[in-house]
Amino acid sequence: MTSSQLFGISTLGYLLASALYIATLIFKTKKSGIAASIVTLITFLAQTAGIGLRWYESYNMGMGHAPLSNMYESLVFFSWAIVIFYLLLEVKFNNRLIGAFAIPFAFTSMAYASFGTGITQEISPLIPALQSNWLIAHVVTCFIGYAAFAVACGLGCMYLMKSTAEDKPDAGLIGTLPDLSVIDDIIHKTIIFGFLWLSAGIITGAIWANSAWGTYWSWDPKETWSLITWFIYAATLHARFTRGWQGKRIAWLAIIGFLSVIFTYFGVNFLLSGLHSYGGS
Amino acid sequence: MSNKKNSIWSFFASVKLVLFVLFLLAIASVIGTVIPQKSPPDVYVREFGENMARLFQILDIPDMYNSWWFVSLLIMLALNLTICTIERLPNVWRLVVQDNLATDIDRLATMRPSKEILSSISPEEAANRARASLAENGWKAKEVPRDSGILLFAQKGPWTRLGVYMVHTSILVIFAGSMIGSHFGYKGFVMIPETRSTDTIELFSNEESIKLGFEVLCKRFTLTHYANGAPKEFRSDLAILEDGKEVLTKSIVVNDPLSYKGHTFYQSSYQSYKKFLVSLTDNQTKHAELFLIEPGKEIKWPDKDVSFGIINREMTETPLRFKYKIWLKDSTGVAEPFWITDGDTTIVKRDGKDYTFALKEFFATGLQVTKDPGVWYVYIGCTLMLLGLMVAFFLSHRRIWVYIKKEDDKTSVLISGNTNKNRPAFEKNFEAVNRSLDEKLKSHS
Repeated sequence: MTSSQLFGISTLGYLLASALYIATLIFKTKKSGIAASIVTLITFLAQTAGIGLRWYESYNMGMGHAPLSNMYESLVFFSWAIVIFYLLLEVKFNNRLIGAFAIPFAFTSMAYASFGTGITQEISPLIPALQSNWLIAHVVTCFIGYAAFAVACGLGCMYLMKSTAEDKPDAGLIGTLPDLSVIDDIIHKTIIFGFLWLSAGIITGAIWANSAWGTYWSWDPKETWSLITWFIYAATLHARFTRGWQGKRIAWLAIIGFLSVIFTYFGVNFLLSGLHSYGGS
Repeated sequence: MSNKKNSIWSFFASVKLVLFVLFLLAIASVIGTVIPQKSPPDVYVREFGENMARLFQILDIPDMYNSWWFVSLLIMLALNLTICTIERLPNVWRLVVQDNLATDIDRLATMRPSKEILSSISPEEAANRARASLAENGWKAKEVPRDSGILLFAQKGPWTRLGVYMVHTSILVIFAGSMIGSHFGYKGFVMIPETRSTDTIELFSNEESIKLGFEVLCKRFTLTHYANGAPKEFRSDLAILEDGKEVLTKSIVVNDPLSYKGHTFYQSSYQSYKKFLVSLTDNQTKHAELFLIEPGKEIKWPDKDVSFGIINREMTETPLRFKYKIWLKDSTGVAEPFWITDGDTTIVKRDGKDYTFALKEFFATGLQVTKDPGVWYVYIGCTLMLLGLMVAFFLSHRRIWVYIKKEDDKTSVLISGNTNKNRPAFEKNFEAVNRSLDEKLKSHS
């Protein structure tokens, strides 16, 4: 068994889990919900094994570095972080319907890693700038934040679906979704969690940049976009804490914030140029 | 006059303004990620046309993050944060230090959660038991006689109300650190050829050069590659010289700089000259000499009857490493040409003599030099921000009051609680105290 095979299985597993979660949402069948959770958990374990195995394989190839060094590896980790965050959320709030809005993100990330053009799957050695203990701290903190924001975006969509449907007489499948106030509360908590990790990610990145180049901040596009994302979520939290915004407005901000995350992650690598070009291939 | 001052003050004390400034900063920051920064002027003319380029020049777009308007936005945010903090902190501080034993008794019954228990034991005994229930659950109670009854009060984390101000202060500390860095520090660059030293660096900001007050020597620069040709390591063996004497040596690589007297030297780039450093030692006389040579030329050792040169080169099995074919001639005649790999040392045997011959490609190392006395303030600010965020998001100020009063022939025990955040978690804490108290008040002994 190689790590690539495990990641292939993970991609299929998350596709199946997404289908099961969406089926649960549509047909309101309890069994499909339990199946979705089981498939997600098993796939998550396979993916975890895959990440560990890829790490081990890199040692066998004489490089020995954490599998967090390029676009492919970051996509796998992004998907992994979304799933572990979602599973904890499922246990904490005892609700499976959120899965229909979260696991598809994990599947998309894996599918893009596997089939996206210009994404190298090979394990490659670390260039000098990446040879640092800050690599793991920086990538892990950023992607835990990104994962939380992905789930917050999914919850934002869920909120908007439900609140739009509630205006109509026939609630249909939307009727089974959690109460609007519950979704609103989970969105808020998820954004708080993500914001803390994003802050930690920006800070670890700054410390790393200072130890590599002697500049903790250089307004490089990646840095600037991470700060733009930070501004958006900071404004969202202030709007809620001090001006009492909630509901639809926060749901939209969760979606807008995640678009900014996506641009920080992909847009900067593919559309803009800068110091942070390692993730490009 | 004071009216005018008040209106400016309340303008900056408004949260609406914070939201607006954050929004403006987010939008403005995008510009510099789309339009290239710090490019030569003709680049803008070529890419955006004459008129746009002139407009960019007027608005400082080519260096927008240092422009007057962007810096003004940052100052606006800092002012906003400061004034909002000054405005709100006194009230919050009052909540942190206030005497909760002076709380209005009538308010206790209206708090959520609150619960009244009637018991037949004496008020004094009930107070003892209430204190025990609180202590069991980790609440340390103070008490005071109030309105012919007894009021007990216990709290956790009053200081956590300051979390949000820790975060706001941390941003100001980071700003202060970056200003200290830009006023009292500098960033520069120096290219030092191997075996040479320098006491001067070029600044990035104004192309001025400044004296370091000591010398930096590059003893050796080595470049290694991975099998696939990608660079593996840039390494400079550096030494600091004070009055010509070595006081510190360090081998630096990217991510592991050398610091000395407030200056930090970062491995940044290198330059190749298509020249070679040769160290030649006559092992009998122990005479040694260092040569900087070019390929294809005859090199003579002054005052000695020795000359040598590079004939050609070949790549070794390790990609991107070369070996060189060398000829050497001394008083005993011409030696058999020999091969030496870049960076290696070999012994050349002659009739009754031998030489130690070392060769490596000649490089200069490019070092970024930074003096930033503000960086520790920035790091303190970052630490404060993370701690503050955790306090502000996850910790809360939780308070429990117990008021005990004689009511006819019974004793009324009113337990009330209050939290500023995370009500569900607090309700669990409260319930635990309530349950324990309920049990204790039922037993008669």
